[in-house]
Amino acid sequence: MTELAFWVIAIVLVSSALAVVLLRNVFRAALLLIVCFFGVAALYITLNADFLAAAQVLIYAGAIGILLLFAIMLTRDLHSGNPFHRLHLPALVLSLLLLATIIGVVIGTDWTTISEVPQVVEMPLDEPTTSYIAIALFDQDNGFVLPFEIASVLLLAALIGAVVLVRREGKD
Amino acid sequence: MSVWEYIVDLFVNVRTDWIEWLQGFNLASSLIILLDSLIGIILMLIFVFPIVIIFIWLERRFIAWMQLRPGPNRCGPFGLLQPIADAIKTLIKELIMPAKGDKLVHWLAPVVLFFSGLMLFAVIPIGKGHLGALADLNIGILYIVAIGSLSVTAIFMAGWSSNNKYALLGAMRAVAQLVSYEVPMVLSIVGVVLIVGSLQMSEIVGQQSYPFILVQPLGCFIYFIGAMAELNRSPMDQIEAESELTTGYFTEYSGMKFATFFLGEYISTLAIATIVTTLFLGGWKGPFLPVWFWFVFKVFAVFLVILWMRATLIRVRIDQIMAFSWKFLLPMALINIFITAAEVLIWDKWMSGWESFPWPFIFVNWAIAVVLILLWSKIFFKLGGGRVEVGEVRPGYSQGYGADLQAPVS
Repeated sequence: MTELAFWVIAIVLVSSALAVVLLRNVFRAALLLIVCFFGVAALYITLNADFLAAAQVLIYAGAIGILLLFAIMLTRDLHSGNPFHRLHLPALVLSLLLLATIIGVVIGTDWTTISEVPQVVEMPLDEPTTSYIAIALFDQDNGFVLPFEIASVLLLAALIGAVVLVRREGKD
Repeated sequence: MSVWEYIVDLFVNVRTDWIEWLQGFNLASSLIILLDSLIGIILMLIFVFPIVIIFIWLERRFIAWMQLRPGPNRCGPFGLLQPIADAIKTLIKELIMPAKGDKLVHWLAPVVLFFSGLMLFAVIPIGKGHLGALADLNIGILYIVAIGSLSVTAIFMAGWSSNNKYALLGAMRAVAQLVSYEVPMVLSIVGVVLIVGSLQMSEIVGQQSYPFILVQPLGCFIYFIGAMAELNRSPMDQIEAESELTTGYFTEYSGMKFATFFLGEYISTLAIATIVTTLFLGGWKGPFLPVWFWFVFKVFAVFLVILWMRATLIRVRIDQIMAFSWKFLLPMALINIFITAAEVLIWDKWMSGWESFPWPFIFVNWAIAVVLILLWSKIFFKLGGGRVEVGEVRPGYSQGYGADLQAPVS
């Protein structure tokens, strides 16, 4: 059952990801990217990571997808397909480097099973993950409370900075 | 088990019998899960569609009654067959497609909205225990929040693919408004989650020995208003404002596609009513009568309040609606979280025997809610009610919101 689900999800995921790159219509590409995010969430569900799946749908398919669509809508000359690009050669070099890095990581990684990976929190499989994620993140002894708080303050600062940037001073 | 006991918790009993009957066949466990969800989905649709049809009838009759006019009263007794007549009428109408629109996306948008509303019912418990909901997820509330954010995508798809400036303006307003109102809405749920200590819907209902509206008046208020904005219902229907945008994002929709949009909105409304019932009004709990009766009764009560607001309040302006979310609801939701967190700490430490009915907290929270709403609204209106002033009016330009974006008036 899980294996069948995996293959269905994998086919949807890979084909939608390819379509995102290959389609000329940017709006449809963005919509397919949202489908792609859903596929990743479905993969998380087959791995018993329920909280992560919901967060994936909420943040990527919900927030980031909408942000992308909004950015596309504010872009000019969309009806002529993808924006005009001249930097073919640098783009090729960069994407080849990225591909080489990914392939290197995939080959170099030791794909052990889950039980052999060092665990942050002792946790039985097949159990709801929410409370264990909370313990791993906010535990008083070896949690990540301070980085978490710093990250949230950073995001707040970015938010306020964005508001200040778009706000016009005085006339015009 | 007597007939009455069977009827009291109908949904769960039918499902339990079905699973037991299936287990007699030595099927694979995954197949049993599949067939179980099949019967669950069928039962859920039996629950959803009749109520949606009654909702459509009720909306027209109830608002007509409030506005001292008869309303539709020609089809059947009390106009009860009106929704069916409307459905047949929209079904046989021509499907019109804008010439330069994106055909596939235009066709897909109502479907996405329809199913994003329908998917919400998967975690709503309408019976006792884990079998009460179609899928009693551990992350129930989070699932609702995540799926609820999908409707924005559908509205945006509709607005974009129509290739019409009113539709696109409606879609832009939709994204701005829905994203803004999602923040206080989600934060207002946190109070309930803090009290219960779980995201599971069955657990949330199970712990409500009294309706949570009593200890979370502020949370309920904020969630309800946020939900009204999410549903694009009057007085928050800036997205489809007929007088300004000619119904916004579905300007270019007709026939069956329009009907699907319409149905999708009613399904979302029903979903929000069931969520408010589950989170704040005690879900299926109630004395003497069957659990499904209490559930439907509370859902209809919530829906009537929604209709009451639509019939009595006027539409809010677009700049005010954004300010209302960010400057009114969001701070209140944050204050609510702080108060609830402090109370949960006090509760755990000193008040272990008060779970059944914590009247001191009820009293304090209602007092805080009333004082906060009164004070904050006074400050809010003193600061202009969220009015946006757009520069000074230059000669030759029309006055009003967005005046500096418009072309000169000749």
